[in-house]
Amino acid sequence: MWKYLVKRILLAILILFGVSALIYMLSMLLPGDYIDIQTSAALQSGAMTLEDVQRLKELYGLADKSFAGIMKSYYSWLLSTLKGDLGFSFLYGKPVTEVLSEYVWMSFIIAFISYVLQIIIAIPMGIKAAVRQYGIYDYIVSVFAMMGASLPSFFLSALLMNVFAIKLGILPLQGLTSATILFARDDYVGIFLDKAWHLILPITVLTLLNVGGTMRYTRTNMLEVLNSDYIRTARAKGLSEKTVVYKHAFRNTMIPLVTSLSGMLPGLFGGAMITETVFALPGIGYMAYRATRQGDIPFIMGYNMFLAILTVAGMLISDFMYMVVDPRVKLS
Amino acid sequence: MQNDNNKKSYTDIDNGAELSLEQNFRVISPGRMVAKRFFKSKLSIAGLIMIIFVFMFSFIGPLIVDRTWGYKETQVFKIERNTDMVTIAHFTAADGKEYSYYDKSKTLVIFKAPPSKEHWLGTDTSGFDIFTRLMYGGRISLIISFIVIFLETIIGIILGGLAGYFGKWVDQVIMRIVDIFACLPGLPILLVLSATISSIESIPAEHRIYYMMAFLTLMGWTGVARIVRGQILMLREQEYMMAAETTGISPLNKIFRHLVPNTMPQLIVVATLGLGGVILYESTLSYLGLGVPFPRAAWGSMIALADPSKGQEILASYPNMWVPAGILIVITVLGFSFIGDGLRDAFDPRMKR
Repeated sequence: MWKYLVKRILLAILILFGVSALIYMLSMLLPGDYIDIQTSAALQSGAMTLEDVQRLKELYGLADKSFAGIMKSYYSWLLSTLKGDLGFSFLYGKPVTEVLSEYVWMSFIIAFISYVLQIIIAIPMGIKAAVRQYGIYDYIVSVFAMMGASLPSFFLSALLMNVFAIKLGILPLQGLTSATILFARDDYVGIFLDKAWHLILPITVLTLLNVGGTMRYTRTNMLEVLNSDYIRTARAKGLSEKTVVYKHAFRNTMIPLVTSLSGMLPGLFGGAMITETVFALPGIGYMAYRATRQGDIPFIMGYNMFLAILTVAGMLISDFMYMVVDPRVKLS
Repeated sequence: MQNDNNKKSYTDIDNGAELSLEQNFRVISPGRMVAKRFFKSKLSIAGLIMIIFVFMFSFIGPLIVDRTWGYKETQVFKIERNTDMVTIAHFTAADGKEYSYYDKSKTLVIFKAPPSKEHWLGTDTSGFDIFTRLMYGGRISLIISFIVIFLETIIGIILGGLAGYFGKWVDQVIMRIVDIFACLPGLPILLVLSATISSIESIPAEHRIYYMMAFLTLMGWTGVARIVRGQILMLREQEYMMAAETTGISPLNKIFRHLVPNTMPQLIVVATLGLGGVILYESTLSYLGLGVPFPRAAWGSMIALADPSKGQEILASYPNMWVPAGILIVITVLGFSFIGDGLRDAFDPRMKR
């Protein structure tokens, strides 16, 4: 088992190398880089000359866009990254790692609350839908779940904003803090409640979008278990339906559920780009969106590598959990 | 005599049994069986109706509009109407009292017409007819999604087929490439790529869509490749492949004639489910202004009008501009998921109780 894990980890490292090279090539190919965007106004008004711009580019390491140049700068990026230094963000004027660690918690809090809500809502509904397969409850729940997965996040956000923030006026539209209320510096409860009040809509959006997937996953796996022989045996023994469903069947459904839900954990740090942007929440996704639009290569690189690492970590965790949860699995 | 009778009755019974056997067990082809199972599910039929509706709306609709009224998606309508504009200002006068100052004025607005007989959903901020733009937006979304899925499937079949059949180092190389592409964060990378394309001035805006299709394909082909490879690994051990081997046909023939066609059921399901995903990606890019470029209509950019960062006016008072586009996206994506789910159940009835 350990041999298998080590093999998987080595493979993951190899994948990350490939991903980093690919992303670096892509982001360096951006023709309008950060300097171009920042200096275009000054260049037009004559405040800066082309030589100034070129000097700035050299300073930022953006001057040499030939293949050899990109390879060289990729090599130096890789070396410093392996030392834990992701470089300096052009846009935010701080080290990338600092920006990431500063804003990741906002994203994590939203994502984690929505993850917990998702589990609480999706699993009981999925079980119930599987038990009454092709019943009315199953149809309604399935349709709602699929609807959630078909809604674009920006449309759902706009609808909820229209109803709750504008028509009813009970929730704030955007942002994280109310600009109109002044809080005392030590009024922690007030500040906390104000922030929580601002987070209700984004968390609702994320939950509604993702609850369907987990629900359908629960339903599919539950159906598979309910069709197996030992459930028939359990029923034949005369056990009550409740015991059969919640003890015998659900425990076996837990295996794929725990595997996939634990694999989702690292992804909670990744930020929800669109939702955060629509609600103007200072999370990691919103910061990355702004950086991408401005051509801030160190931040783009850092963020995308961060996401790739989270994806790989999620895969490793669900592999590992699979072995831990299911004693029948012996991988070699 | 009796003997004869007995014999006769025997054959009669025999004949009768044969007759009923034929009646009871009609031979139906696997395809018809799948179709029968597919149409048994209410959700698949609902999905089919939804998709047919969206197709008619976005492919026949523009023709009808063009024939009858003779305009396209970028026709500007200037509909004049007077609106009351009330401005309120508060100020504290010298006497310390608070005064409110109302100014009621009439302004002439030519855009943002409300729904009317001529323009069923009104006109938008640029004076375009919203209903017509919905049709054109749907057309571009559907075309993009079908092309992307088609390309993804072709690439996936070729690479997945080669990896699954040859195994060993070919498999290793291809599957590691698949792993790398599957680990790329989808939306951020699409943003980087689309931002690149829209900032290159030598690329005309109309060509941006082709690049976008290429990027969407690049991000999506790995799923198909994995499925094809997995299926082929399983199929190539089966006996019919040994029979194919003995006929001495070339490996390429074996892969693409005998193995790949057997993965079709899974591929059709995955492709149908993938169509909705591509439409969601496309509309997200259009929403961010990086998809279908401006005067052309796209559902995503129609919803972007309601973005509260650009002012709340449209979000609050003009739902006719953005709600229909969102509903159409939901109908389309939902329709494709219903059909995909129905097809999966029809191809693989093991899940039925």
